[in-house]
Amino acid sequence: MKLKLKPFVLAALACSSSGQAASIPTDVINGNVDDRNTITALTNATIHLNADKTIEHATLLIQNDRILSIHAKSNHKALTNAVVKDYSGMHIYPGFINLDSDVGLPEPNKREPFKWGGPETINSTTKGAYNSNEAIKTSYDAAKHFSTDTKNNKKLRAAGFTNALSHRKDGIMRGTAVLSHLSDHPEELNMVVAKAAQHYSFDKGSSKQDYPISLMGSVALIRQTWLDAQWYKQQNEMHDFDLAAINANKSLPKIINTTNWQQTLLAKTIADEFGTDFVVKTSGDSYQNLAAIKASEQTLIVPLTKPKAPKINDELDAWNISYRDLKKWEVAPFNPALLEKEGIEFALVPDDSAKGLDTFLKDLRNAHQHGLSEKTALRAITAIPAKILNNSELGELNKGNFANFVVTTGPLLAEDTLIAETWAAGEPYTIKGLPVMNAGHYQLAYGNDLYEFNLMNEKGKLKLAAIDEEDELKYSIKTAGNFATLSISGDEVNHDLFGMIDNREFIAVDNGDWKLQKMGPVKNDKDAEQSKEKNNKDLPSIPSPFAAYGMLDIDDEDSVLIKNATVWTNEKDGILTNTDVLVVNGKIKSIGSDLSIGKNGRKIDGTGMHLTSGIIDEHAHIALLSVNDIAVNSSMVRMKDAINPHDVNIYRNLAGGVTAAQLLHGSANPIGGQSALVKLKWGVDHPEDLLIEGATGFIKFALGENVKRSRNQESIRYPLTRMGVEQVYRDAFTQALAYEKTWTDYNKLSSGAKKKTTAPRRDLVMEATLEVVNQERMISCHSYVQSEINMLMHVADDFGFNVNTFTHILEGYKVADKMKAHGVGASTFSDWWAFKWEVNYAIPYNAALMHNAGVVTAINSDSAEMSRRLNQEAAKSIKYGGLSEEEAWKLVTLNPAKLLHLDDRMGSIKAGKDADLVLWSENPLSIYAKVVKTMVDGVVYYDRDKQAEIEQMIADERSRLITLSKNSKGPKAPFKTKPMKTYECESITGHHNIDQHFFTGAIK
Amino acid sequence: MNKIITLSLLLISLSVQALTPAPSKKPVDKIFINANIHVGNGKVLKNAQFAIQDGKIVRAGHYKMPYTGKEIDLKGKHIYPGFILANTNLGLAEIDAVRASIDGKETGQLNPNVRSIVAYNTDSERIPTMRFNGILLAQTTPTGGLVSGTSSVVQLDAWNWEDAAIKTDDALHVNWPAEWANRFDWTTFTMQLKQDKKYQKKVDDIKNLFKDAKSDTGNNNVKLNAVKQVLNGKKNVFIHTNDPKAIIESIRYFQSIGVKQPVLVTAQGIEPVIDFIKKADIGVILTSTHALPATSDSSIDKAYAVAGKLDNAGVLTALSYPGSMSSRNLAFTAGTTVAYGNDKATALSMITLNPAKLLGIDDVYGSLEIGKSATFFISEGDALDMRGNIIQEAYIDGRPIELHTRQQKLYERFKDKYQN
Repeated sequence: MKLKLKPFVLAALACSSSGQAASIPTDVINGNVDDRNTITALTNATIHLNADKTIEHATLLIQNDRILSIHAKSNHKALTNAVVKDYSGMHIYPGFINLDSDVGLPEPNKREPFKWGGPETINSTTKGAYNSNEAIKTSYDAAKHFSTDTKNNKKLRAAGFTNALSHRKDGIMRGTAVLSHLSDHPEELNMVVAKAAQHYSFDKGSSKQDYPISLMGSVALIRQTWLDAQWYKQQNEMHDFDLAAINANKSLPKIINTTNWQQTLLAKTIADEFGTDFVVKTSGDSYQNLAAIKASEQTLIVPLTKPKAPKINDELDAWNISYRDLKKWEVAPFNPALLEKEGIEFALVPDDSAKGLDTFLKDLRNAHQHGLSEKTALRAITAIPAKILNNSELGELNKGNFANFVVTTGPLLAEDTLIAETWAAGEPYTIKGLPVMNAGHYQLAYGNDLYEFNLMNEKGKLKLAAIDEEDELKYSIKTAGNFATLSISGDEVNHDLFGMIDNREFIAVDNGDWKLQKMGPVKNDKDAEQSKEKNNKDLPSIPSPFAAYGMLDIDDEDSVLIKNATVWTNEKDGILTNTDVLVVNGKIKSIGSDLSIGKNGRKIDGTGMHLTSGIIDEHAHIALLSVNDIAVNSSMVRMKDAINPHDVNIYRNLAGGVTAAQLLHGSANPIGGQSALVKLKWGVDHPEDLLIEGATGFIKFALGENVKRSRNQESIRYPLTRMGVEQVYRDAFTQALAYEKTWTDYNKLSSGAKKKTTAPRRDLVMEATLEVVNQERMISCHSYVQSEINMLMHVADDFGFNVNTFTHILEGYKVADKMKAHGVGASTFSDWWAFKWEVNYAIPYNAALMHNAGVVTAINSDSAEMSRRLNQEAAKSIKYGGLSEEEAWKLVTLNPAKLLHLDDRMGSIKAGKDADLVLWSENPLSIYAKVVKTMVDGVVYYDRDKQAEIEQMIADERSRLITLSKNSKGPKAPFKTKPMKTYECESITGHHNIDQHFFTGAIK
Repeated sequence: MNKIITLSLLLISLSVQALTPAPSKKPVDKIFINANIHVGNGKVLKNAQFAIQDGKIVRAGHYKMPYTGKEIDLKGKHIYPGFILANTNLGLAEIDAVRASIDGKETGQLNPNVRSIVAYNTDSERIPTMRFNGILLAQTTPTGGLVSGTSSVVQLDAWNWEDAAIKTDDALHVNWPAEWANRFDWTTFTMQLKQDKKYQKKVDDIKNLFKDAKSDTGNNNVKLNAVKQVLNGKKNVFIHTNDPKAIIESIRYFQSIGVKQPVLVTAQGIEPVIDFIKKADIGVILTSTHALPATSDSSIDKAYAVAGKLDNAGVLTALSYPGSMSSRNLAFTAGTTVAYGNDKATALSMITLNPAKLLGIDDVYGSLEIGKSATFFISEGDALDMRGNIIQEAYIDGRPIELHTRQQKLYERFKDKYQN
């Protein structure tokens, strides 16, 4: 071990200016002891103790790896025993701390390519007493794997970093991080805190285990694992290093890596559930939903992302470029400034890309030019990271703190300032080096003549330039080692002055007839103006939601009178012509004729138009970030954890008259995840704002080909047959009841007895399954053929509960009488069939047959496209099966409301119900009908009359951004618009063709 | 009346439940009066007379003299030309997820010689569902690769593919690549627009196929032989692409080698190049009207409105429907375009006369004009609307065809079960 260290000691020697290497006290020395305890004094510097306090002409005294003291004025006494170095003109800042590093750690394993094709990996492949999920790696102690990485330390120091928090970027629970100095000292000395933080993410990384593959699955895993850790403390059945580590590291700060703002908010949701906090590493996209991010009150770690301008070659390329890409490019540089403005506490780290570190300072200045203040910028790379880590020895320059600091040639954020040196653990490392001479405005006295010019350090070289524009003389200086020649040339003047540079002054070697004197800082009015201009970049408008249609202004007025429309009440009154509907505060107040609203009340003339209650889609996968997880019983997974309120499909569905939907888990498993019931409100900030308050809990079940993995020939996952599917249910419900009993028995114990008994393990899968058995959570079951429909009803009967809804249910028509007897409802496609074997006998008369047999029947979409025209789908039941128009219309309004237990509030036009209303250009069942207005809770979220205007606005904004992008000088990236994902039941990736491959196993 | 027929049919058919209906043998002669005739060419003739004889239309319009024979009064009802489903895998795909039932996509990139007609399954269960909604003709079309193969036009009531064919080997289908295309990115697990580094090679592969066919003097290469039929005008080229640049490049290429009027099969990607299409005098088949807008900032109506825009620009346009499982909804996509800028009669032309023109069968099919084939149906109401598309009778070449098939029989069977 010690032998291995030697090269580092030598390396430290080689670049140490003091010639003294830090040594490990316990180490064996080959030679003589050479501990010097030298005191180094850096004098005449501008010392920034922290973002708020700066001392000019100050002296910094260092001994070994610590700051000995800081003196405001020259203090001769203090300098007595010190090696004095003149740092005049230099600025000294606390060293930067990188909270998002993996320096010094071995590369994690490569991510496994996702294979939905071959045999499944159901269990963890990690050997040893580690967690049963491979993505849980809490026992990984980065410190134990840490070694000083001189190559990368050098890169980090070049950007001003003196400390890094390193964690292995792999897994959902990633273990602990080590805080180290970025000097080239051996590990024993470089490590500041061996366990400084614990790291999390929603990304399972290199885990080969199938579960989890979705965002909500990752969240569920975090929940269960934390619960398991609590249980683990007091059990003695088993060993699990990872659960033990969670308990052992409980007090460490938790840092979670997120890849979008939805995840940033999700971190808060989980933290709240467990009474803890996350510091959240974002992807730099908080500007896309500032209001919600601010409200979450989390401390953030923010990368200095700076997307490249989309490269647009010509007009024909432009059609493919998304507004979002263009807008991201425009707004992203303002992200830190916006966070500052909102009072959000954040640390800054380099951009995640490979070159992020190289451009760190440039990116920081860019953020400054986009409005980030110098103080906040400095705090975000020094004091805030130290605070996040509860470390008082870093982040500020104070007596006794680590001698970790950055020496710059000027103010940090000034355009031409260079990092001269970075000192880590008292060790100086040359970056650009101290300037040969200090930059400034100089005066040369030569004989009787006076010349004035600026001297600047450009890329480590001296450069002279005239101050006055009208000065026609040329100034230059050429250095050679410590000697230099300064030349002034013009029509009548031609001087070459030879001299020597000593202590950053240029002096005549022969005490000649000239003298150069520094008068002050570089004089340049034009530059000052320019940089001022750069600092005043106007904040562009930010649409909310962050999408083209987010530019719409939605008036939150929720009282309105609709006059003289044909009103489809869905109640006994049937369809009323020439009728008024009054909405007050989002509720339907009255229906009648000659109704009135106050003078200033909003009125909509419905003459010639039809007013209906909003369409409710019983089966939707819009507004979600992912759809399927793949545990056989995924009941612990909650769709509300994956809601994306910025999905443009919300707006598009409003334009199709949809006002509410059940966002369902996919159909990869007999027991899927918990649904989210939402109202489509375009423009809300927080995902939770879409949820319908007080709605009954629902869960997705699935039967048939998808759950038995029919299209994967190599599947090994139980169940592979419909016989197995039944047993999955019987087993799950049996276990759930046993689970309930275990807890009931435990809860019956006296408090004394409880103390002596190990509490049962809380199991989120069992808890959700139990809710189903106890009829507290309703089933919406993906199903096709009659045998399986019949089977589930029998299983439910045997366990004493009811299936609420069969969804898809294309062979429901064969067992409609049995369904009626069981009391289950149906939510079906109007006319889909022939896409797989189990739908071969599907008929478009299904809805009518079930409806006529007395089954509450709805027609659903399972598609972001079809849900926009569910009115047409409903109308097909007139063609196929001869339903009346009123009956047909209820298939997409009142009946789904009943299936979702929302019919007390939605589904018909009745006084007291929610004003979720749609105004149609004509009979809504007509192929020619268009939505004119869609209201949710009385607020008009979609207005056809404004559509031309918003489309023009989008076109204008697009062309403005395209022009801006074309004219921008920065680097361009090939356009990379990600086509939007659209989910259906079988979605894994959200891209139908690719999902097909997964299901067929063509891609492995 | 209708019910009695269906019930009696039900009785007969119980034993042959699994079979598709037998094609009818002979054309019949009929005279209809008081019908609304939707000619297909933009005209609607109200309360008109319509007569067929020997499989041809002999009357369509207003006549003072009655036609000899028994008149059938169609008061308030509508006669439409049989709808034409272009660019479909009908007859080549039975159950999408069952590979054994799929015949539409051959392996390999260049398959000009592959012919859909020989795989066309006249007994496909999908076919009766088309007829039930008014689709009586289809272009059964191979997919995949750069050159998918050769399509044929069929009528949807036949014993076998020879019977079905009304235009064998009508066109060669070319999938022109796009330089920028969506590809799945495995590292980020997302679909991304990426540059196709093999774009030029792919384009060259297509061009070389035609170049080599032109210069080939032998007769030993079945691929080149198939391409020669394009070069000597025996079959047309259908270009499939939805990328504006690829549209320009491909059309210019085919016109330069003498294919004067290739047909463009495309979708929303055509919008930026509509003027070019007009100048090139090219007909267009739109693949999917019931589709989401191409990008998140596109107009919400984009997919619905393209048809109307093309017609406004004077481009001959037909509508199609992806795959074939749900293609029975073809008429409703036409209806949808009417709400978004298309004319009602034009929307009908887009699924009748216009596709007939693009498939080169408009001399016989596509409109209800005297001398043309008696391929039509009678609908109780507006056939472009779900509520009106209730088809009482349908005829192909004057032969009445069976509309009451498996799905209807299953319906009757269970309706009956629950009523008793």
